Amino acid sequence: MFCPCLGARPKCAADEESSVEKHEDRVAGRVRLSDPGGLGDPWRDASASGWGELDGTGAPASALPHARGVSQQADQKPTTRAADIYLEVQGSPAFQEVRRRYRRFVVPACAAFFAWYVAYVVAATAAPDLMARPVAGAVNVAMVAGLGQFLSTFLLTWAYARHARLRRDHAALELRWDTQELTRGVQR
Amino acid sequence: MSGNHQTLALVLFSVFVAVTLAITTWASRKRHGTAEEFYAGGRLFSPLENGFAIAGDYMSAASFLGIAGLIALYGYDGLLYSVGFLVAWLVVLFLVAELVRNCGRFTLADVVAARMSERPVRIAAGTSSVTVSVLYLVAQMVGAGSLVALLLGGTSGAAQSWTVVGVGALMVVYVSLGGMRATTWIQIVKAVLLMAGAITLTVLVLVRFHGDFNQLLNTAAERSGHGAKFLGPGLKYGGSWTAKFDFISLGLALVLGTAGLPHILSRFYTVPTARAARRSVVWSIALIGSFYLMTVVLGFGAAAIVGSDAVRRSNPAGNTAVSLLSLDLGGGADSTGGTVLFAVVAAVAFATILAVVAGITLASSASVAHDLYASLRSRRKPPASPRSEVAVARVAAVGIGLVAIALGLLARDLNVAFLVGLAFAVAASANLPVLLYSLFWRGFTTRGAVWSVYGGLVPALVLVALSPVMSGSPESIFPGLDFQVFPLQNPGLVSIPLGFAAGWIGTVTSTEPPDEAKHAEVEVRSLTGAGAV
Repeated sequence: MFCPCLGARPKCAADEESSVEKHEDRVAGRVRLSDPGGLGDPWRDASASGWGELDGTGAPASALPHARGVSQQADQKPTTRAADIYLEVQGSPAFQEVRRRYRRFVVPACAAFFAWYVAYVVAATAAPDLMARPVAGAVNVAMVAGLGQFLSTFLLTWAYARHARLRRDHAALELRWDTQELTRGVQR
Repeated sequence: MSGNHQTLALVLFSVFVAVTLAITTWASRKRHGTAEEFYAGGRLFSPLENGFAIAGDYMSAASFLGIAGLIALYGYDGLLYSVGFLVAWLVVLFLVAELVRNCGRFTLADVVAARMSERPVRIAAGTSSVTVSVLYLVAQMVGAGSLVALLLGGTSGAAQSWTVVGVGALMVVYVSLGGMRATTWIQIVKAVLLMAGAITLTVLVLVRFHGDFNQLLNTAAERSGHGAKFLGPGLKYGGSWTAKFDFISLGLALVLGTAGLPHILSRFYTVPTARAARRSVVWSIALIGSFYLMTVVLGFGAAAIVGSDAVRRSNPAGNTAVSLLSLDLGGGADSTGGTVLFAVVAAVAFATILAVVAGITLASSASVAHDLYASLRSRRKPPASPRSEVAVARVAAVGIGLVAIALGLLARDLNVAFLVGLAFAVAASANLPVLLYSLFWRGFTTRGAVWSVYGGLVPALVLVALSPVMSGSPESIFPGLDFQVFPLQNPGLVSIPLGFAAGWIGTVTSTEPPDEAKHAEVEVRSLTGAGAV
């Protein structure tokens, strides 16, 4: 039922998780059995429930009372009602809000870094003289632009991680839980 | 090269091989033969562990040897690789990592097949994944071969060939016995070793120049024989318009290719959640970014300390620049320090190659078994059981090993970083369009998916075959023949737009309407993680 390695590796996610999460990691397995409604740690949920036994066959190998969502595989046709649930969730204001937040960050950020990168590459070929102009000592415009690419990448990474953590994670998690609740009812 | 170098390097390398084999044994002792275990290591790695493993998977011999070599030879133009390889991770972080983790199980095809008619899509995505992996493997094999050539004096063709065979054999052992768990730990060990090696050399270079980066650049420019031009763009990719377009093409392939690399995508399945996948990418961006910054210092350092001409004499493609640099930094060819440092660098580079090769082999064997084999079996038969699928994956690892060895022997005189650029171009043309369309385009259909894979894959491969890489110039693989039609070495500039266009055309011309419910399911699952395995 349970992945045997879970017990063997209670610390696996502990290195960087906050202390709350560490605690939740350890209790995740227990909570799930007694509380299938999902008050256990959401983050660890997926892997800790013996999924290995489902592989390839598409048929649930165990009778875990667990939110399984709809099928992973196309040959295992979801019921029409499960499809309706996903359409309903997709149309719900909560999901629209999560999606809006995700897109509002990602679309401009992608456009910005891609344009900046393409400009950097094209400038090297189209305006080599400009790029070769010295700025300070041996450091020229090209070097500064190259280092700027490194810097902007680090900054955007930090901004994205922060945005996702503060603005999206919580709402997405609740939606995950609600959706799994709904689809579980259907599959029974 | 004196005998001391060889002995010490071989000892260190043997130690690494012994350690990795021990890891493999340990990992295989705990295995249960499930697909979850074999392809995804049980999905229980932490973000930190996975971040190191991603970095270990990504920072290949191409980075360590190839990029530093290109910078040592061509100065600023080599820097494009460093920048492109890093910026590419923003595509992965923003658009791919979390969503793929939520939607898929083991491979790229899982994500696409979730919305589409499964069989044709799996066959298409599986084929392109295997193609990309084999190209990438060849690059690593070439790196291994040229490293040994340097170690043994640069003349022994037989030793080079045997190295390629030996690396191939080892990777098959790691993958088929240890699966993802062993592969991941090997990558973590390798990432730590590689970072330590790079930091050591970088510090030594900076100490040599008393921390004066300006002086380092000036000396590099002076000793390169190109003067100030060495520090500006244009040495390798300047002059003709062909070369300039080649530069842009390479730049595009680098930044868009990473998100389509099968062995990178499969790493996200080794963590429990999308959030963990995101955090592993953040870790790996920190590691990869600092590593590429160091390759810049090493490249200019090699030009300044060893000299571009000496690098070129040792290996025309520049693959040996870092090894030569370490010899000099340690105190010269006859000193103990030089010997030790050289041996350490050689061993780290070997470790790098072995780890990367293992990761790619695992990803491609997953594509063969999980996508191709499962789909190509007769439809009347019951679906393969997970155990037999894993058995197929183990056999596939052997087959892929043999193909990579054969191609690696054929292509051994090409620059490693350049070969990797090709693999990236194919990944960006064939895998990225279908992945992005599946995740974000409501109206995408099965025909569009199949067309976008083949519409990117076939042009990319055909353009490489017709390019100066294969024929028509003295550096080609077949220098005696001339069937060169396409002028660019890197096909990305043409084939990436073709892949996107083919997916769009296939979709708008397809007769079946897009499945709204499946799209809703993919969208909800990708953004919330509902029903994720």
